[in-house]
Amino acid sequence: MASKPRDSATASSPIGLLLIAGAVVSVGLLIVVPLASVFVEALANGPHAWWAALAEDPDTRHAIWLSLTVAPIAVLINTIFGVAAAWLVARFRFPGRSLLVSLFDVPFSVSPVVAGLALVLIFGRQGLLGPTLAWLAVKVIFAWPGLVLATTFVTLPLVVRELIPVMEAIGPEEEMAAVSLGASGWQVFWRVTLPNIRWALLHGIVLANARAMGEFGAVYVVSGHIAGATDTMPLRVEKLFQEYRTPASMAVASVLAGLALITLVAKVVIERQLEAESKELAAARATGADTDPSTGGLGS
Amino acid sequence: MSIRVAGVSKSFGTFKALDNVSLDVPQGTLLALLGPSGSGKTTLLRIIAGLEWPDSGRIEEDGTDITDRHARQREVGFVFQHYALFRHMSVFENVAFGMRVRKAPQAEVKARVDELLHLVRLDGLGGRKPSQLSGGQRQRVALARALAIRPRILLLDEPFGALDAKVRVELRQWLRRLHDEIGMTTVFVTHDQEEAFELADDVVVMNEGHVEQRGKPDEVFDKPATPFVMDFLGNVNVYHGRVENGQAFWHDVPIAYPEYPHAQARPARVFLRPPELDIARAATAGAAPAVESEKSLPATVLRLTRTGAITRITCQPLEGGGELNVDLPTVAAREMAFLPGEQVTITPRSVRVFLPDPEYVI
Repeated sequence: MASKPRDSATASSPIGLLLIAGAVVSVGLLIVVPLASVFVEALANGPHAWWAALAEDPDTRHAIWLSLTVAPIAVLINTIFGVAAAWLVARFRFPGRSLLVSLFDVPFSVSPVVAGLALVLIFGRQGLLGPTLAWLAVKVIFAWPGLVLATTFVTLPLVVRELIPVMEAIGPEEEMAAVSLGASGWQVFWRVTLPNIRWALLHGIVLANARAMGEFGAVYVVSGHIAGATDTMPLRVEKLFQEYRTPASMAVASVLAGLALITLVAKVVIERQLEAESKELAAARATGADTDPSTGGLGS
Repeated sequence: MSIRVAGVSKSFGTFKALDNVSLDVPQGTLLALLGPSGSGKTTLLRIIAGLEWPDSGRIEEDGTDITDRHARQREVGFVFQHYALFRHMSVFENVAFGMRVRKAPQAEVKARVDELLHLVRLDGLGGRKPSQLSGGQRQRVALARALAIRPRILLLDEPFGALDAKVRVELRQWLRRLHDEIGMTTVFVTHDQEEAFELADDVVVMNEGHVEQRGKPDEVFDKPATPFVMDFLGNVNVYHGRVENGQAFWHDVPIAYPEYPHAQARPARVFLRPPELDIARAATAGAAPAVESEKSLPATVLRLTRTGAITRITCQPLEGGGELNVDLPTVAAREMAFLPGEQVTITPRSVRVFLPDPEYVI
């Protein structure tokens, strides 16, 4: 914990001080100063200009609205997928299980641009499913369903990766106990599994949401970059910047940066809860050598 | 409710957990499944509960085949080894769970939970979280939770394994009384023979996926059916001797063994329990070694180990072979005041002989 007093001998030694100074300078230069400058630039002409840049440009308004729609849909899909996949992996042993777990990580290792291109190759007009989609009159690429697909793809590992270790640590016993007490599958899930994983799930959702809001590469490829139609917030920032409308660009960027700060706070709060829960789990497992006064009378 | 297990087998990958196990548990019996870890006892318990499916064989309740019945519909109360209490629920809600999922009316739930908490002596602790309870209290919550659904069979997996010695003894006497009051068919799994013998009406000793022996505690202890049971029941002295002409030989000491009247000698294992050996001081030093009784084995005392009321005397037979343990009540051992290095004679009061392959005996 950062707040705990350090070993003074280490902290005051020249090398210790040098390392601390190095860490402070690099974090400051790489994170704090750029982030602060976004807000400074965005508010350079005062809050009225900031608000006007966000609210009075219909394309910017649309971009904000689109981001606030696409990200929650992608996160919802990932939540459902993540819980189901984590349950499968943590509770069952089957051939191909470890392959499946490695596949969950593909979105982390593939460049988002490549992911976007892959989606175009499948869902685009010339793509694999192009004719079928055209016949059904469904537009995926250069439309919001494409944005949802691309965002879902890049955020896919976040929820499931968060849940697997937690579900494995908790183990299946509570769920088995619930079944033996007569609970149906849904009752087991809602009454036992979900309450046990709720903080890990929330953690995954917060991270996935942050990633979904900020996604650029994959979304760039599938969106076609149509102002007022398929531009999300990050795309709008880039476009305004390219058009030399730096204050407006910074205003949108400051909204994204603000979201990042909120995410950070939420993350810290949730991680505290997670830590408390894992301690509780450890305590529950401990084979407490107990001096329990109330069992005292049983033997007599 | 009686239980019948008929020819049940179960494998996990290449590991054969249960190999054609059959077992009858009459109504109202308190039965112990005793065995080392990996003997298949927990798997058998879970199959009876419907938490695990057998590869082959049947489970019957009162003559009805329930093999394909889901755990949910079996009306079995199951107490898990580490209790598996619902961590985020209060004690009250833990006990109420089985009734809540059956949508029982609130008043009925309240009455039943209060009654059960009283039964397991946890009155007033309904509002606590499981993490705020001691091990013994958690165990009793798990029991109350299992009883709340009015099961017809109660199954307990290592019910006292995680408790300290004192609480364990109290809780098992209490469970015995509870069983006598309720009279429910109960099966519990344990690796602790003391627990099995003290608590159970019937003991089933399991090893490597099959039943080695079944019987009343006294029967199993006095007449172990197999070398495994003999060995598992504790700390026996094993001697690789021989049988011939109706006698088994422990070193040179002959022991009557009419089951093998043949002249041809066969190797056999001789088992002697430490408390069933008599030990006496050999003839006084200086005198020529007296002709010892034919039934005794001369040995040297190596060391004495006191474990509470019992003192274990470890001896080395003069003619070689492995060490030999003799248990004496500590009071008697103190009177005798044996010292390491002393010469003694050891006389068995009772011996069990097992031929390596009994089927070969004509």
